[in-house]
Amino acid sequence: MSEEIAIAVEDVTKKFGELVILNHLNFKIPANKITTILGFSGAGKSTLMKHILGLLKPTHGKVSVFGKDLGTLDEMELREFRRNFGMLFQYAALFDSKTALENVAFPLREFTKLKDSEIREKCKDLLLSVNIQEESFNKLPSELSGGMRKRVGLARGLALSPKIMLYDEPTTGLDPITTKMVNDLIVDTQNKYAERGMTTIIISHDVRATLEISDFVAFLDRGTIVEYSTVEEFRLSKNPLVQEFINL
Amino acid sequence: MGQFFYQLVASLGAAVNANVQGLGRVCTFMLSFFYWVVRPPFRLKLFFEQMYSIGYQSLFIIALAGAFTGMVMAFQMYFGFQLISVDSLVGPVVTLSLAKELAPVLTGLIVAGKAGSSMAAQIGTMKVTEQVDALEVMGINSHQYLAVPRIVAGTLALPMLSAIFLVVGNYGSYFIGTRALMIDEAIYLSKLSEFMFIEDIAHGLIKAFVFGFVIALIGTYFGFQVSKGAEGVGRGTNQAVVWGMITVLMLDYILTSFLVRIL
Ligand SMILES: Nc1ncnc2c1ncn2[C@@H]1O[C@H](COP(=O)(O)OP(=O)(O)OP(=O)(O)O)[C@@H](O)[C@H]1O
Ligand SMILES: [Mg+2]
Repeated sequence: MSEEIAIAVEDVTKKFGELVILNHLNFKIPANKITTILGFSGAGKSTLMKHILGLLKPTHGKVSVFGKDLGTLDEMELREFRRNFGMLFQYAALFDSKTALENVAFPLREFTKLKDSEIREKCKDLLLSVNIQEESFNKLPSELSGGMRKRVGLARGLALSPKIMLYDEPTTGLDPITTKMVNDLIVDTQNKYAERGMTTIIISHDVRATLEISDFVAFLDRGTIVEYSTVEEFRLSKNPLVQEFINL
Repeated sequence: MGQFFYQLVASLGAAVNANVQGLGRVCTFMLSFFYWVVRPPFRLKLFFEQMYSIGYQSLFIIALAGAFTGMVMAFQMYFGFQLISVDSLVGPVVTLSLAKELAPVLTGLIVAGKAGSSMAAQIGTMKVTEQVDALEVMGINSHQYLAVPRIVAGTLALPMLSAIFLVVGNYGSYFIGTRALMIDEAIYLSKLSEFMFIEDIAHGLIKAFVFGFVIALIGTYFGFQVSKGAEGVGRGTNQAVVWGMITVLMLDYILTSFLVRIL
């Protein structure tokens, strides 16, 4: 792969006490593509994601994002740096005391000096772009459906124009129609921001849904990447673990 | 027999060990509070929201508790003091006990039950639904965002609530003392000013200040301790109340033995 590299994970080992969760992990995520990290429950997917976000520090090895070694950043710089990322959580993780609009406004209020009217305008645009209509703007998360919450969560993740979008289990446990909606949303987002650069990383154990939309797939097992290839190659992989996973 | 004692000692040791570890974590959490409270951004809006929910929303129940405590204390003191014909001292004795003990301690217990538990529940819920993670991913320190405003507000709200408890309690006592127990109004008031000093008020307010800090610290701490599952939130809430109350009572003793020497 000769493309620009968004994230480079180099020889990363993570131990919690004696427990080795990530084991000499090496891999690079290309910029401006959709890459999915697959793996069984407990394989270390969330742990890997936290390293990419700089929420956890590797016991050994280094993680770089757009060429910047996260290990060289101090706490404040890391927080600053995290604004390159947008994230959609599995259950959206909307702030349940805030309306849909205020959830999207939250990062803008925290991190920009925009005027209130400008923030509201921007939030309206973001919400409309993920198909949330005006009448739902002032609803609380508890008054929204699961699918709507995800869309609001996506709008919030996009508010600060991130270069990298992370999706944690975007389709796990959803019905086929909502799964399709979420997939379309991920692809639309990827395409819409393609011009200024958008790297998508999906973490999932829902093979079927994610293979449809990914460019690359990494298979994580017991702390190492055992297979990393394009989707076509992945489907044809000889690795018995991968085959077992695909045919689950 | 030896086996039994061995097991007893072992389980006692384990319990002490677990609690010492917990204490260590609370101390680390407290240090994190002192680290973040002095660093910008200072989110005043969140602070005022917490003042509203800890302070203002407890006003009515504190006033109610204060009134009845003052009234019942006047009764109890009166029937004791009457036996030795010093019923004119009901006023100062009730006021002193309210100011130094009952107002801060009962306010503390009520706030631990009401605000301490809701802090743990709110933060615990945010923890299990990944809202805390969402803050961190956005680059916002969750302790600074969630714990700092609650702890600052708790520390400042409790002395105010305790003062209100004291004032209302005094009215209650005065009302019962002069209307039901027929103590002369002038005597009641003159004895009050004879025996009450500003130090006694300070004694109670200092306690309330410390209680407010500790209750909010414990409430937010157990919120952050919550891990996966809805029963986790319930347990965290429960522990926040239990430990909040016990800590108030223990600290009350320690603070009293300390304050009587310096005030
Ligand atoms: N802070 C921690 N301390 C100790 N062990 C941890 C910690 N975080 C994760 N682990 C352990 O690391 C292993 C991998 O966890 P991780 O959450 O990364 O898995 P996952 O691939 O995301 O699984 P899932 O699909 O269930 O979310 C698990 O065995 C977990 O118990
Ligand atoms: Mg996970």
